[in-house]
Amino acid sequence: MAMLETAAPAAKPSSRVKASAPDSRTHYRKFELGQFSFERDEYFVTIGWSAKGARQQHRMSADAFLRALMRDVAWGFFYGWVNFDAMFGTRNLYGRVQFFAGRYNEAYHKAGLSYVEEFDSPTAMETCKAMLRDWCNAGFDPFAAPEETGSTWAGTKQGDNIAAIERFRVATKRMPGIPGDSPLRDDLPVNRAFVDVAQDEPEIRAEPGYEGKLQAFNLFKYLSRSDVTWNPSVTSVCRESLFCPTTEEYILPIIHGNDRVEWFVQLSDEIEWDVSDKETGRPRARVLMKAGDVAAMPADIRHQGFATKRSMLLVWENARSDLPKLYESGQLKPYPVEF
Amino acid sequence: MSSYQTAFGSLDKYEKGALTIINDDPKNYCFSNIFEVASKSRPYDKIAVGKNLEYVIEAVRAEGTSDWFAASHDEFVVVMDGEVTVTLVELANHSAIVAAGKEGTVKLPGAPQGSRMGTIRLKRGHQALLPKGAAYQFSSAKPSVMLWQTLLGDLTVQKWREICLH
Repeated sequence: MAMLETAAPAAKPSSRVKASAPDSRTHYRKFELGQFSFERDEYFVTIGWSAKGARQQHRMSADAFLRALMRDVAWGFFYGWVNFDAMFGTRNLYGRVQFFAGRYNEAYHKAGLSYVEEFDSPTAMETCKAMLRDWCNAGFDPFAAPEETGSTWAGTKQGDNIAAIERFRVATKRMPGIPGDSPLRDDLPVNRAFVDVAQDEPEIRAEPGYEGKLQAFNLFKYLSRSDVTWNPSVTSVCRESLFCPTTEEYILPIIHGNDRVEWFVQLSDEIEWDVSDKETGRPRARVLMKAGDVAAMPADIRHQGFATKRSMLLVWENARSDLPKLYESGQLKPYPVEF
Repeated sequence: MSSYQTAFGSLDKYEKGALTIINDDPKNYCFSNIFEVASKSRPYDKIAVGKNLEYVIEAVRAEGTSDWFAASHDEFVVVMDGEVTVTLVELANHSAIVAAGKEGTVKLPGAPQGSRMGTIRLKRGHQALLPKGAAYQFSSAKPSVMLWQTLLGDLTVQKWREICLH
C-alpha cells in the first residue's frame, strides 16, 4: 500500500464478524456490518442499508466489488475515500472508518437516500477480509488483470484462493534491497507485458571497507516482476515523502477520493484518468499521461485510471498524518502550486 | 494481446499526453513532462516537476560532471534516460557542510573531505540511494535524465508557468 507499511500479519477472523451459514443454493455466506448487509450470488454483490424508513439496495458486479474490496483491505482503507463505484465505498478516518452508500452520489444524497456508518477500523477490516475469503473462488485473483485471472469469479461458490488475497507484504523502511529492508523481486517471473524490460542491475564498485554500503537497484526490473495490478509498494522513503510505484492494467478497481494532494509520474506506456469532484462526482477533467508525464491530483477530487497495456506508474505520496485535517479545514488549498 | 512493447520516454523521443478540462483550472494539475523539462535545462539544474508542501521531485539533465552535493537527509535518484555514474564520498565533516535541519540538496563549495566510498553506474530505470552523511557527484558522457526525490531546498528551481500546461 502507498503508506508507510507495517509488517503485522493478517489477523484471523473473530467472532466480531457477522456471517450467515452458507446459502443452500450459492454456498456463499451473507455478511452484516452495522446496518449494512452484503450478499453475493453468481454474478452480483448486493449492498443493503436503511434510509427514509425503508431498506435500500445497490448492486455491483461481484468481480468489480471483490477487486475494489481487495485494494481497500491491502491498503488498510488507504488515504481518504475508496469509492467502489458511484454509490458505495469507505472513508479512512485513520483508526476509524466510514462506510457509505449514496453519500457521494449527488442525486441519492439530495434525495435523502444516502447512509453513512462509522466503525473502528479493525472490526471493519475483519468483515472485509472474511468477505474476500468466502467470495473469491479458486482461480480468481482480485489483484490480477482480467486477462490473467479469467472468469472464475462468476458462478456459485467453488473453493477459495486464500494465497492470492493474503499476500504478505514486507514493510519498506528506506529502499528495497538494502540489508534488513524489504526484498527485491528476483524470485518472481517477469510479467508477460514487460518481457522487453531490461533486467540488468546497477554496477556498484565499492572501495575497500564500503562493500555493501552503496545502494542501488533496477526499479524498472522490480516493477516488471510485480504480480499485482493497481497496488502501490513503497520503494523509497525520504522522511514522509514516499515513492509508491505500481503496475497498472485494465481499470483502477476503485475511484480514489483524495484527502491530500498526490502526484503521478508515468514511467512507461500510458494511462488515462477520469477526474471528478470528490463530493458530487461531477466530471472535472480527463488526464492522458504518457511516459515522462507528471501530474498532480488535487485534494478535492476523485479519480479512476484506465490502462490497456500494463504500464508503470509512480505514485508519489506525502504521508504526513496532519494533512487530512489541514485540507478539510481549508488551511491548505486543494492544489499544490500557485503560478 | 499476444505481444507487448513497453514504451519508455527519452530526451530524443517522448510524446506528451494531454489534459482535457471539463470544469476545472488546468493549473491545478501542474501537468509537465520530465523529458521536455530536461531538454530545455542546463546540466544539473534541479527543476521541480512536483511539489507536495516541503517535498519535491526534480527533473535533472545529467551531462558532463556535476558539482558535489550533500543533504541532511536521504535523497534518491532514478535514471529515466541515458547513463549516469555517481561517485560517493563519506564526509568527514558532514555537520559542518550541512546543518542538521537544513532541507534539500546542498552544493559543496569544492571537493569533499572524506573517504571515497565508490561509484554506482546507473542506466535507465535504475534507482540509487544518496545517503545522509555522504557527498555525491554525477557524471554522464551523453545527455541523460534523472528524477531526484528530495526536499525543497536552495537549489530547487521552480518555474511552473514555463513547464506546466495552463
